Amino acid sequence: MSSNTANQTLRTRYSAEVKDILKRYPDDQKRSAVMPLLFLSQKEGLQATVSVMSEIAQILDISITQVASIVGFYTLYYSHSGGKNRIQICTDLPCALRGADDFADKVCEKLGVKLGETTEDGEFTVESVMCLAACDKAPMFQVQNGDGITYHERQTISDVQAVIEQLGNAEIDKSPEGAE
Amino acid sequence: MTEYLLLRHRNRGEENIADLDTYLSLGGFEAYERVVTTMTPQEVIDIVKASGLRGRGGAGFPTGVKWSFLSDRFPRYVVANSDESEPGTFKDREIMEQNPFQFLEGLMICAYAAQAEVAYNYCRGEFWELTQVLESKVRQLNDRGLLGRRIFDTDYSLQINHHLGAGAYICGEESALLESIEGKLGQPRLKPPFPADRGLYQLPTVVNNTETLTNVPLIISRGPEWYKSIGTEKSCGPKIMCLSGHAKHPGNYETPLGITFRELIFDLAGGIRDDKALKAIMPSGASAPFLPASDEVLDTPLTYEDIPKIGSQLGSASIILLDETVDISWAALKTMKFFEHESCGKCTPCREGTYWMYHLLGRINSDKAEQADVDLLGEVAQQVVGKCLCPLGDFATSAVFSGIELFQQDFNLHIATAVNGKDDSNTK
Ligand SMILES: Cc1cc2nc3c(=O)[nH]c(=O)nc-3n(C[C@H](O)[C@H](O)[C@H](O)COP(=O)(O)O)c2cc1C
Ligand code: SF4
Ligand code: FES
Repeated sequence: MSSNTANQTLRTRYSAEVKDILKRYPDDQKRSAVMPLLFLSQKEGLQATVSVMSEIAQILDISITQVASIVGFYTLYYSHSGGKNRIQICTDLPCALRGADDFADKVCEKLGVKLGETTEDGEFTVESVMCLAACDKAPMFQVQNGDGITYHERQTISDVQAVIEQLGNAEIDKSPEGAE
Repeated sequence: MTEYLLLRHRNRGEENIADLDTYLSLGGFEAYERVVTTMTPQEVIDIVKASGLRGRGGAGFPTGVKWSFLSDRFPRYVVANSDESEPGTFKDREIMEQNPFQFLEGLMICAYAAQAEVAYNYCRGEFWELTQVLESKVRQLNDRGLLGRRIFDTDYSLQINHHLGAGAYICGEESALLESIEGKLGQPRLKPPFPADRGLYQLPTVVNNTETLTNVPLIISRGPEWYKSIGTEKSCGPKIMCLSGHAKHPGNYETPLGITFRELIFDLAGGIRDDKALKAIMPSGASAPFLPASDEVLDTPLTYEDIPKIGSQLGSASIILLDETVDISWAALKTMKFFEHESCGKCTPCREGTYWMYHLLGRINSDKAEQADVDLLGEVAQQVVGKCLCPLGDFATSAVFSGIELFQQDFNLHIATAVNGKDDSNTK
């Protein structure tokens, strides 16, 4: 994909947000906006595609390589495609002391995947992640998707079931047939 | 503790202080108004110095002293460190969720003292929802004229922006955090120069932890003498102790600095889950040595000066409890998994060392290791410690050194199982 075909999604569909983000940093330090712009681009899908990265590079007058290195460094950006919803279960030591590893296994079983895998319908990727600053409320996980990141704490497997159904239903509800 | 000072929302009978009008009605922003309208920046710095407040982000550096180090160049910046990613730490989040205005007021007073007109609050990316709420709180402050141009009709102007991280523990290290705001990889800078001289965009910058800043309005409104009367001589003030792992009641406990582990764990948190015996304590998350649960340790006060005497650190008081069922070599493995994942890769000893220590601990835990592997683990840690650009490398070796030294039997058990397994397969 050549850079002149870089899309204009952020600048057309989210022009107010882009302006608001740029205002947070000095005029001669536009590069600072690369992280918030990557988060903004996730509204259209979690994967930072070449066209997304080249649009951000254009907005900020930096190279696409610089944008790609940011995507590679920070774990909440993705260069590869995955599920629409990323279920990220904390299995770090404090949570593990309260049963997080078992919990993660059960969530995987429920969705029929292994840690790091995506369900066949492309809805969910299940991952194990490091401490999320909720250690006293284990087991817990966060869901990252186009709407941002949401915490789910003190979870049981039936709570997870409900979250999964709700996220699945939200998708169905968006299609005209899914609405009542 | 009769009165909460940081977790003020927990004071019985008080209303929701995350609501601006309620916070104002309880005297909120009076300290800020007094500072901006009647005090010089130097006077504010002197008060904070006199209070004895020390940084709550881990290192315990005197806050007022840090503010007085700023180079004489402008513009300047102040940055709140709300990255909160140390395993076992969850206090800054409760502050920002439940008592956001006291934190913001502290940040604003700090900005005035530093003569900065722009402040950033750097939140870890996972605090995505919380950050949206905080942004709306900042808009409210702008609408009320507490932020913006010519505040209280003075010449002082201030703007607060939020910057979200995106999942990298190392961005909690202050220079990596500043790189991250600059839109670069979150990798630590060589120090010196320190942020007070060359910080954000190479300009003089104060970086303080969220909890540190939340203390500041109290110090202004009630005075440094009052503040110094809480805690010990060298560790003043209230502190939020994050208790996790096998506590009966895990959670945040606000206490004066200087209460003992025993008081915290057994009097406040109900003891150990299922009434098991306590085996070990990690007083500073994944980053500091294990402590055995001896009487000497349990009777040690939680202060910056006392915990080093028994071989560990207070850090940000992220206290992880391990009961008698825990295999310390497994806890070390979990800890190393964290550091192996979070090493930013800038220096070889840390990048390679955490990788090898993680794999050796994996071998040990799967009963495939020999004594030579445990020895090698110690040697690798020796190659890492003191040879890295930032403290993360040293942090990664804490669990290895202290685990092998204090809980050798846990490692030996795996070695013995491995040897027996081999014998079995030989005879078959
Ligand atoms: C690897 C590493 C991670 C750190 N993480 C945090 C953190 O999450 N939050 C924090 O406030 N300080 C963290 N620090 C300490 C900061 O570098 C810095 O000392 C602190 O923000 C200063 O604020 P204070 O003086 O108010 O404590 C970390 C340091 C290191 C080396
Ligand atoms: S010690 Fe580790 S985390 Fe720190 S700069 Fe070096 S590689 Fe990065
Ligand atoms: S260890 Fe899971 S949230 Fe901290």
